Amino acid sequence: MKGSLAKFWEGDLAWSWRHTPVAVVATVILLVMLVSAFGAGWIAPHNPFDLATIDLMDALKPPVWHQDGTAKYLLGTDSQGRDLLSAIMYGTRVSLLIGLASVILAMLIGIVLGLVSGYVGGRVDALIMRVADVQLSFPAILIALLIDGVARAVVPKDMHEIIAFPVLVGAIALAGWPQYARTVRGSTLVEKNREYVQAARVIGISKPVIMFRHVLPNVLGPVTVLATVHLATAIITEATLSFLGVGVPPTSPSLGTLIRIGNDFLFSGEWWITIFPGVALVLLVLSVNLLGDWLRDALNPRLN
Amino acid sequence: MSNVLELKSLSVEFPTRRGVLKALDEVSFSIAAGEVVGVVGESGAGKSLTGASIIGLLEPPGRICGGEILLEGRRIDQLPDDEMRRIRGREIGAIFQDPLTSLNPLYTVGQQIAETIVTHLPVSWAQARERAIELLEATGIPAARERIDHYPHQFSGGMRQRVVIALALAAEPKLIVADEPTTALDVSIQAQIIELLKRLCREQGTAVMLITHDMGVIAETADRVVVMYAGRVAEVGPVRDVIHAPRHPYTSGLMGSIPSVHQHAERLVQIDGAMPRLNAIPKGCAFNPRCPQVMPRCHLERPELMPAGSSRAACWLHDKENA
Amino acid sequence: MNSPSTPLVEVKDAARWFDVSAPWLERMLSRKPKTMLRAVDGVSFTIRRGETLALVGESGCGKSTIARLLVGLYPLTRGSIDFDGQPLEDMNGPNGLAIRRRLQMIFQDPFASLNPRWRVGRIIAEPLLAHTNMTPQEREARVDELLVQVGLHPTDKDRYPHQFSGGQRQRISIARALAVNPEFLVCDEPTSALDVSVQAQVLNIMKDLQRRLGLTYLFISHNLAVVHHVADRVGVMYLGRIVEIADRDALFNTPLHPYTRMLLSAIPDMQGSGRSRTPVAGEVPNPLNPPSGCTFHPRCPFAREQCKQEAPRIVEFNGAQVACHGVEQGWSMVMDQQASHLK
Repeated sequence: MKGSLAKFWEGDLAWSWRHTPVAVVATVILLVMLVSAFGAGWIAPHNPFDLATIDLMDALKPPVWHQDGTAKYLLGTDSQGRDLLSAIMYGTRVSLLIGLASVILAMLIGIVLGLVSGYVGGRVDALIMRVADVQLSFPAILIALLIDGVARAVVPKDMHEIIAFPVLVGAIALAGWPQYARTVRGSTLVEKNREYVQAARVIGISKPVIMFRHVLPNVLGPVTVLATVHLATAIITEATLSFLGVGVPPTSPSLGTLIRIGNDFLFSGEWWITIFPGVALVLLVLSVNLLGDWLRDALNPRLN
Repeated sequence: MSNVLELKSLSVEFPTRRGVLKALDEVSFSIAAGEVVGVVGESGAGKSLTGASIIGLLEPPGRICGGEILLEGRRIDQLPDDEMRRIRGREIGAIFQDPLTSLNPLYTVGQQIAETIVTHLPVSWAQARERAIELLEATGIPAARERIDHYPHQFSGGMRQRVVIALALAAEPKLIVADEPTTALDVSIQAQIIELLKRLCREQGTAVMLITHDMGVIAETADRVVVMYAGRVAEVGPVRDVIHAPRHPYTSGLMGSIPSVHQHAERLVQIDGAMPRLNAIPKGCAFNPRCPQVMPRCHLERPELMPAGSSRAACWLHDKENA
Repeated sequence: MNSPSTPLVEVKDAARWFDVSAPWLERMLSRKPKTMLRAVDGVSFTIRRGETLALVGESGCGKSTIARLLVGLYPLTRGSIDFDGQPLEDMNGPNGLAIRRRLQMIFQDPFASLNPRWRVGRIIAEPLLAHTNMTPQEREARVDELLVQVGLHPTDKDRYPHQFSGGQRQRISIARALAVNPEFLVCDEPTSALDVSVQAQVLNIMKDLQRRLGLTYLFISHNLAVVHHVADRVGVMYLGRIVEIADRDALFNTPLHPYTRMLLSAIPDMQGSGRSRTPVAGEVPNPLNPPSGCTFHPRCPFAREQCKQEAPRIVEFNGAQVACHGVEQGWSMVMDQQASHLK
C-alpha cells in the first residue's frame, strides 16, 4: 500500500496537482470542510440538536467580532439559540452525504445502462436512449419535486421523515444518470470496435464479461470528471430543494435548510443566520468545481 | 554544385519535466540543387523531426538548441515567424503523409493552389488560376479545368496526394520536404506518386528531401541516402552503395532485415533489441548495445561521420588511425 | 477428427455484405434502395494443415473481412466455412468453446489489440481462464512459458502494455494467441505497423513457432515482399473476390492475372536495376459501386467487351487458379515479358 502511494505521488497526476495552485487550495478547503463535517460530532463546539444545551436566552446573538458577540458562539446563533458554526458543520455533513449518495447512485445506474446500451445496441440502445432523452428534457428540480410530491402523497405522514433521505437521493440521482449513460455509451461504442475487444470475442469470452471486465475500465475516464461536476450540482440541487421546503426534514437541516431559515431574518438585521451557511455552501461547491476543472485538464492526454 | 540545403550539427531538444531529451544530436548533411536525398530510419530515429525543423514547424516545447540550417547559404533556423512563413511555400515546399489533413477541407483545390501562387509570386489571381490548372494537369489529374473547383473530399486518396504535390510545387520552390508521402497509399498508387514526384522535380530542378521508413521507395527515387538512428546520422552516401555495400553495422542489419521478392531467405537478419528511447541513449555510439561488431571504444567515445568508401559512416570500424 | 488429407480450412463461395443504407426514414422519403457493401463476394479456398496461405490485396479488397469471417467475428451472408470438417458456425453453439480453442487471431494494431488497463500476464492468461480449469499456479507457469517462447521475459507479466514497444506488444499478442495451443492462426497484417527490423524479429518468431508447433497460418498482408517471405501459397484479392491463387514461386515467377502482374511490377525495386516500370493505371474503385462484369476491367490493359459484361469464373491453369477471361481464352498471355520483368 505504501509503495503504491509513493508511486502515485511520483506520478503525473500528483505532479500536476502540486503545480496547480488552484487545485491545491481547493483541495485544502475541501479537506477542511470534510473533516469538520464528518468529525462534527467531535469537533463542533456545540450540538445544535440537543435541546438540553440550547438556551433560548442566547437567541439571535451576532458573530464574535460584533460588540454583542461572544466567543461561545463564534458565528452567532439563530432564533432558537442554536450555535451557527455547529449547525453549519452538521449541515455540511448532510449536504455532502446526500450529494455523494446521489452521485454514486446516478453513476451506478448511468454506467450500467450506458454500457449495455452501447455494447448491445439495437432496440435496447434505442429504448434506453429515448428514456434518457425524455428525462433530460425535464429540469432536475422539477423531477425531484415531482417524485417528492408523489412520495408525500402516497406515504403516511409519520413515515415522511424516514423516507425523505432516500427519496431525495433517488430524485437527484434519477435526474442525473442520463449524463453518465450518454458519456459511457459514446465511449463504449468506440471501444467496442477496438481490437482488444475483438480479440476477447475470438477467445470466446461471454458478452457480460467483455462488457464489465474489458470495456468498463476503459470508459471510466470521462466519468470521473463528470462525477466531480455532478457532485457540485447535486449539492446545489439538494440545497435548492431544501430551501423550497421539500428537501431534508428540518430535524436534520442541510445548508439549504439553514439558508431558508435564516432568510426570514435577513432584512431584520440578523444577517449572519443566512449568510454564513450561504458562504459555506459556496465554498463547498466552488472547491468541488475547481477540483473537477483541474482533474479534467490533468487527465487530458497531453504531450509531455 | 552549390547546396540548396545544408544542416550543420543540428541539435533539437525537448525539455520535459523529467529532464531534457535530445531528440536530434548533431545531425549534418547537405542537399545539392536538383538532388533527391532520402532520409531513412525507423520510428523514433528523428527523421520527421529533422524535416519539421527545416520547415520551421517544430512543435514547442521542442526547440533547436545547436547547429545551423542553411538554405542556399542563408541561415534560416533563427528567423522570426513571418519571415519563415515567406520562405515556406516560396523556397521550401512540404508534402506530408496524410493528404486529408494537408488540405483545407473548406476551400476548393483551386483556391488553395492559387492562394499559394499569389502569395509568393507577382501574378494576378487569374494567372494564378491558369497556373493551378496547369499544375493539376501536370500531376495527372484528369479534367483539371473542372476539378479545380472541387473540394478535397471529392478526390480519392491518390488524387489528393497529387493535389498536395501540385500545391507544394506551386510557388516553384527550390526544395521539397516530403515526409512519408506514399505511406498511406495503396501499393499501386505509391508507384504512380513516386514516378510523378521524380519526374516533376527533375523537370523543375527542385531538390527533394524524401523522408521515409520504406527502403524500397528510397532505392527507386533517391540519389543519396541518409540513415538515421536515435537522433543521429549513422551513414550517408550514394543510394546504390549504402544499399548494396553498407558501411555501418546498423545499415547492414537494416538491409538484411528487409524481405525481398527476388530471393527467398529462411530467416531474415535480425538486430536484437530495439532502438533506445531518447532518455536512455547509451554512452559512446548509440548502437553499441546491439552491434555485432562492437569494440571497447564504442562504449566510450561517440564516433563522428568519417569517410568509408564512397560513403561516410559514424562508426569506429572505419577509423583510419586505428586500422 | 478427419484424416490428415482433409484440408484444415475449407471456404466455399463465402460472402459478407454490410448494410450501409441510409436510415429507413430517409430511404422511404427519397425512394433509395438499400445500399449493400459487398466486402467479400464469393470467395473459395482451402488451407492444408501446416501450410501458410497468404491473402494479398489493396484497400477495399476484403482481406481483413475474410480474416474476421474465419474466426467468427462476422456471420456469413452466403456460403460456408468448414474447420476440420465441421461448419464454423458450430462455434456459436453448445460446443463452441472446443472449436474456438483451436483457432485464434493476431491483429494488426499492436496498440489496440491489448487491453491497456490489464497487466500483460492477465492478458495472456485470458484464454486459459476461458478454456481450461488450470489452477492459478499452473496458469502462471504457462504464462511464463509463453513469454519465453516469444522472446520476452517472465517478469514482463506484471507490466502494462504501454510499457512495451510495438514489436514487443505484437509478441504479447502472439503469446496470447498460442496460450491454449491452437492449430490455426489468422494473422491480420501482423507486421504492417512495425518498423522493418522489428518486423524481421516478429516474422522470424512466427516461422520458428510454426515449425515447432505445427501451426497453420492464414496471413493477410498488403506487402508482397513479406508475403514472399512467409507464404507457401498466395491468394490475390480484388474488390471482394480472389483473382488468383497459386503456389508462392508460381505466383511470383509466372503471375497470370493482369492485376497480379501489375501488383508485382509496382513493388519498388531494391536492386535498383533502374528498370522502367509501367505503374498500375487508375485507383481501386469505390467498393460501394463496383464496375460491372470483371471488376478489374477499367484498369486492365487487356480488357475486352466480354470483360465488361461477364464476371469471369475461376479456372485451373498450370496448378494455379485464376479468374480472368483473358487467361481462360488465351489472349492475355505475355508470360515471357513478365518473367523477365522480375528477374
